[in-house]
Amino acid sequence: MPAVIEVRNLHKSYGTTVAVDDVSFTVEEGEIFGILGPNGAGKTTTVECVEGLRTPDGGSIGVLGLDPRRDRAELTQQLGVQLQDSELPERLRVAEALRLYSSFYRQPADWRGLMEILGLTGKAGTRFGKLSGGQKQRLSIALALVGSPRIAVLDELTTGLDPQARRDTWALIEDVRSRGVTILLVTHFMEEAERLCDRVALIDAGRVVAVDTPAGLADRVQAGQRIQFRPSVPFDDGLLASLPDVTSVIHRGDVVVVTGNDNALNTVTSVLARHQIVARQLRVEQASLEDAFVALTGKHTEN
Amino acid sequence: MSVTMPAAGSSTGAPSRAAGQGAALRRLTLTEFQLFLRERVGPIWGVGFPLVLLIIFGSIPSFTRPRASLGGLTELDLYVPILIAFVLAMLALNVLPPVLATYREKGILRRLRTTPVGPARVLTAQLVINVAVVVVMLAVILAVARIGYGVALPRQLGGFVLAALLAAVALLAVGLFVAAAAPTGRAANAIGAILFFPMMFFAGLWLPIAQMPPVLRHISHATPLGAAVQALQDSAQGHWPHTLQLLTLAAYAVAFGLAAIRLFRWE
Repeated sequence: MPAVIEVRNLHKSYGTTVAVDDVSFTVEEGEIFGILGPNGAGKTTTVECVEGLRTPDGGSIGVLGLDPRRDRAELTQQLGVQLQDSELPERLRVAEALRLYSSFYRQPADWRGLMEILGLTGKAGTRFGKLSGGQKQRLSIALALVGSPRIAVLDELTTGLDPQARRDTWALIEDVRSRGVTILLVTHFMEEAERLCDRVALIDAGRVVAVDTPAGLADRVQAGQRIQFRPSVPFDDGLLASLPDVTSVIHRGDVVVVTGNDNALNTVTSVLARHQIVARQLRVEQASLEDAFVALTGKHTEN
Repeated sequence: MSVTMPAAGSSTGAPSRAAGQGAALRRLTLTEFQLFLRERVGPIWGVGFPLVLLIIFGSIPSFTRPRASLGGLTELDLYVPILIAFVLAMLALNVLPPVLATYREKGILRRLRTTPVGPARVLTAQLVINVAVVVVMLAVILAVARIGYGVALPRQLGGFVLAALLAAVALLAVGLFVAAAAPTGRAANAIGAILFFPMMFFAGLWLPIAQMPPVLRHISHATPLGAAVQALQDSAQGHWPHTLQLLTLAAYAVAFGLAAIRLFRWE
């Protein structure tokens, strides 16, 4: 697959604050590429350089073979953008906004069709100021797509949405991608990155920590398995901690959490059975993207 | 939610037309005009209120009686230019700055930077709308005053049009400066209102310029609306406006226009 976005050694500072230290990644045509990282990691600054809204201090960026600053006129035709906090005039109606933005482009999509797809037809005559958070977000996605872009950059797409609206939005994004639009997605939600992204660049403190598939990132963590259960009778930790397959045993209230390698579950259950301890509400979890995030950035997520 | 979407790059339904930048600017101007009407400040205070004032003043018998103290003119003769100044000040100080400052504050201009049209065209659309409303109001005020209350049309029409045009440019430059300097829409609203009242005072809204004590009259001539009203009144009576007043207006236009350009930020 050919690369549609190439970022090489991007650097950007504001005064003495380094927002982006050294970021490189490549986005291939047709994929959903995530930029994941804690707040203040430099995610938004990075995509704003890709959009041509900011001038990098160093490094190079190519988008569809265009320079985001020099070739603005052509770039804006092919790159649809959803900004993190941008609004519309309070009294502008949904249909008017879509019609207005469609007039900006050489080959606009059918804005009425987009309005239908995004479930906004019933709100066509509603003012922006009267829309709910989810409706505003859907309108902003529609406006990012109304120019029939080849690439859509979506920044904090589902922040502030309720869980149902978030799932609906994810389904929509997958559908947009299935129509051949490459998507660059900025997020700090693990679940969102895990569900949507083909590949993820994990960014921390202005640097790329890792670029991989969400599953590939999770595999990098040596967490192995995490086994949780409620023992029927109390027992000495040493019973399990001494096992070679187990790395740690901790108590959370009356729940015991055991971590260890892929063989830990077998040995733990057989030892418990031998001592006639029943493991109630037994749960086994594999390392997730979240574990990878914590392990690679040393930070805990908000959610 | 239904999840079917037309393929990227295709444009089923709507005819695929080359959206020229002219078409985009027309659509933008039309949309901004609809918003201008819905905001209500412009239609009520910039259009309705001055017309109501004109009708009230015209209906007061003493206002339409020629007075020896005014050189044979009526009070209404003097008020027509003041009402034109009122329209200008209302639009340029109380309508334009909050709109632009709010657009910047809410990231609307920033969003436009990521489209092919760019944010400068919003500025163009706003100026087109405000100038168009001023031109229409100028004609309507002169026509109502002439037809309804017998106020003669400006006798030095060229000078009158030039003075009105320069005044509009000077006031809009001040308005753009406020829009550039104000950090928020709310601040722009406040600054506009604070400038509006003293400027209208020096335009003679409450006390005719000719009846002001000499100190106030000198200050008035140095303010954009004072200079504008003086130039409009002179040309209404058949004199070419004083060069000093035209230069005063031009100086405001250039100084505030340049300052606005230097200060203006899209985000």
